[in-house]
Amino acid sequence: MNTTTLIRQLSSYRPSLDRDSLLKLSRRILGALGAPLLGLAMFLLLWQLAAARIDTSLGSFPGPMDVAGQAANLYQEHRAERERAVVFMERQEQRIQARLAQDPDWEPVRRGYTGPPTFFDQIGTSLLTVLAGFALASVIAIPLGIVMGLSRFASNAINPLVQIFKPVSPLAWLPIVTLVVAAVYVSDDPMFSRSFVVSMITVMLCCIWPTLINTSVGVTTVSQDLNNVSRVLRLGWFTHVRRIVLPSAIPMMFTGLRVSLGIAWMVLIAAEMLAQNPGLGKFVWDEFQNGSSDSLSRIMVAVLAIGLIGFLLDRIMLIIQRRVDWQKGAVS
Amino acid sequence: MNQTFSNLLRRLAAVGLLVTATASAADLGWPEKEELTFGFIKLTDMAPLAIAQEKGFFEDEGLYVSLEAQSNWRVLLERTISGELDGAHMLAGQPLGATIGYGTEAHIITAFTMDLNGNACTVSNEVWNLMKPGLEKKDGKPVHPIPASALLPAIEHSQNRGQPFRMGMVFPVSTHNYELRYWLAAGGIHPGFYAPQRGDTSGTLNSDVNISVTPPPQMPSTLEAGTINGYCVGEPWNQQAVFRNIGVPVIADEAIRNNVAEKVFGVTNGWAERYPNTHVRVVRALIRAGHWLDKDNNANRQEAARIIAQSRYVGADYEVIANSMTGVFEYEKGDVRPAPDFNVFFRYHATYPFYSDAVWYLTQMRRWGQIPEAKPDSWYLDMAKKVFRPDIYRQAAESLIADGLMTAADFPDFASESGFRAPDATRFIDGITFDGQSPNAYLEQFSIGLKGNDTP
Repeated sequence: MNTTTLIRQLSSYRPSLDRDSLLKLSRRILGALGAPLLGLAMFLLLWQLAAARIDTSLGSFPGPMDVAGQAANLYQEHRAERERAVVFMERQEQRIQARLAQDPDWEPVRRGYTGPPTFFDQIGTSLLTVLAGFALASVIAIPLGIVMGLSRFASNAINPLVQIFKPVSPLAWLPIVTLVVAAVYVSDDPMFSRSFVVSMITVMLCCIWPTLINTSVGVTTVSQDLNNVSRVLRLGWFTHVRRIVLPSAIPMMFTGLRVSLGIAWMVLIAAEMLAQNPGLGKFVWDEFQNGSSDSLSRIMVAVLAIGLIGFLLDRIMLIIQRRVDWQKGAVS
Repeated sequence: MNQTFSNLLRRLAAVGLLVTATASAADLGWPEKEELTFGFIKLTDMAPLAIAQEKGFFEDEGLYVSLEAQSNWRVLLERTISGELDGAHMLAGQPLGATIGYGTEAHIITAFTMDLNGNACTVSNEVWNLMKPGLEKKDGKPVHPIPASALLPAIEHSQNRGQPFRMGMVFPVSTHNYELRYWLAAGGIHPGFYAPQRGDTSGTLNSDVNISVTPPPQMPSTLEAGTINGYCVGEPWNQQAVFRNIGVPVIADEAIRNNVAEKVFGVTNGWAERYPNTHVRVVRALIRAGHWLDKDNNANRQEAARIIAQSRYVGADYEVIANSMTGVFEYEKGDVRPAPDFNVFFRYHATYPFYSDAVWYLTQMRRWGQIPEAKPDSWYLDMAKKVFRPDIYRQAAESLIADGLMTAADFPDFASESGFRAPDATRFIDGITFDGQSPNAYLEQFSIGLKGNDTP
């Protein structure tokens, strides 16, 4: 039972309903909203109870209240950093004017704030990197998957490689990617920082496989009837792919894309942690290194944020899938 | 003709003036590169960078600096070499090791010493309980400095259980590695040789104690996990062990050997040649920061501890950082002793890059086999001069004097300074004297360690 159907039922509620159906309805409300809330409450309670009993070398494990406090704190720090940025810009302008007075030929460069990224900046960087890596993976995986699905020969040629590279963890790719990018990506004024490129490629290498496999399977399972229709109509290759293959493969493809995005998000955090690329992973690592009494709470805030963002990303993919799928409602 | 002649004279006079009256900031030239990224490791001795940033000393030079914490010394070095970092807070041995080609080879130079001392050796509670009964005591407290021979019962205990006694340090060419080895060897315990000519870079050949690398911030958790029995590291990671009840600091490095360069500010030689004005200006800002840190008898240290306790810098709790930054050091819980020179940022001409400090590190690399073959005294000197650059420091210092920001009394007398500390300026736990001019003769004095034509 999902929320949409629940709302539909609520809106069709008539006062003339009898006791029985009222009871049924309230049970449904409980099922749809009550159960998740109950689960959450249980989790918080268990967390609070367990936290007090775990004594780490950084003090006792933070409970929900400590974590909430640190979340507020991180927001305050973000605000404070923004204020520092404003002051910085004013100070920079004064310094530029002072130097221009001495050195009128100078062409000043007005640069952005040079302070450290806040927690929220790190979230932004992580999201950008993961989306870039995921987009790159999809751009490669979808066409390749279609080719594999349409041609048995291509499938046989590529499949062994996929099977070999699929289980490789980001930790193994990372050193290789780092060295290769350092050697190949050389530019005096790079458009993207090298750390961004390293993370993006690592993410791409790890999240390309589910989309690739699912797309090819989706394409092979196009119904024979549809293929026959295409043949009868003598559709060209491109039209065949666009009108017949893609729409039929979309449910499978999107399942693959959703798995890919989930993997991309998990991989990214690990990659950032190891490679010291900016982002949430770096935030977690820095806090671990700080070893202050607040560190554990701050890491917990990051853990919850990572989980929440992963969940939201999946929901967004689901919404997109519903939009593009011609068999509406076939997914959940 | 006459006029051109007088013009020439006037120009010559102007040049003469420039030479005699030293150049101020305005004459230095503007920085070639204004946006800089410097790396650091989360240790209290990164403070000069944080202070130069927070007090606007970098901005006074027209520099806009981002400070970035690095996960370990190797990453920091590699990123400096690759150019991702413009410069970094480095172990004094790092520019030397990189330049002579031990580990990654790259010509790295330094014109600024960030601090002296600031490290300590900590052992686990278990080890402490084994060594404590054998210690000499006065008024119920152990007499300091504690000799490494006090570790023998604990080492024997491990060996009886068939386990090597393990200690952590932060990097193969780190001060901590040499200090720990120095202390152990002075107590008759063999810390092990390196044999890079055979590809053996573990440093455990012939050793009584296995010494391995752990990044500084992970030291307390590695000790707690029992992977190592003790470690030598910079602050706040010794005081952290006291606060968390997981270990006991037994000796501060100033008791092993005092006042030798600890961390330096390193840049690649290529970077320094491309951006000479920027480099001098960075050194100017750092000198002012070092001066601020030691000003008025450490009056600013509490503020400094508050600044670096922010999570963007060191991030440990203020109380832990302040413990060693403000002139005291806590050994066993409750055993707080005065340690005014635990961190020295400016006194004793701390920021000046002395050649003799470089030579001392090179002798230790030779002593433990990282330099596997004999080298003449002149080689030590040449390497020191290739890496340590007091000429750049002097340029920065003289312009600060000309600007009235510092006085000549703050610095060594540049006209007569040879770059070698007097042999009695450094006190060693084993009483051996070090004369930077004759490194081979110095090595001859040790009973444990390579000397002459020895190879491990």
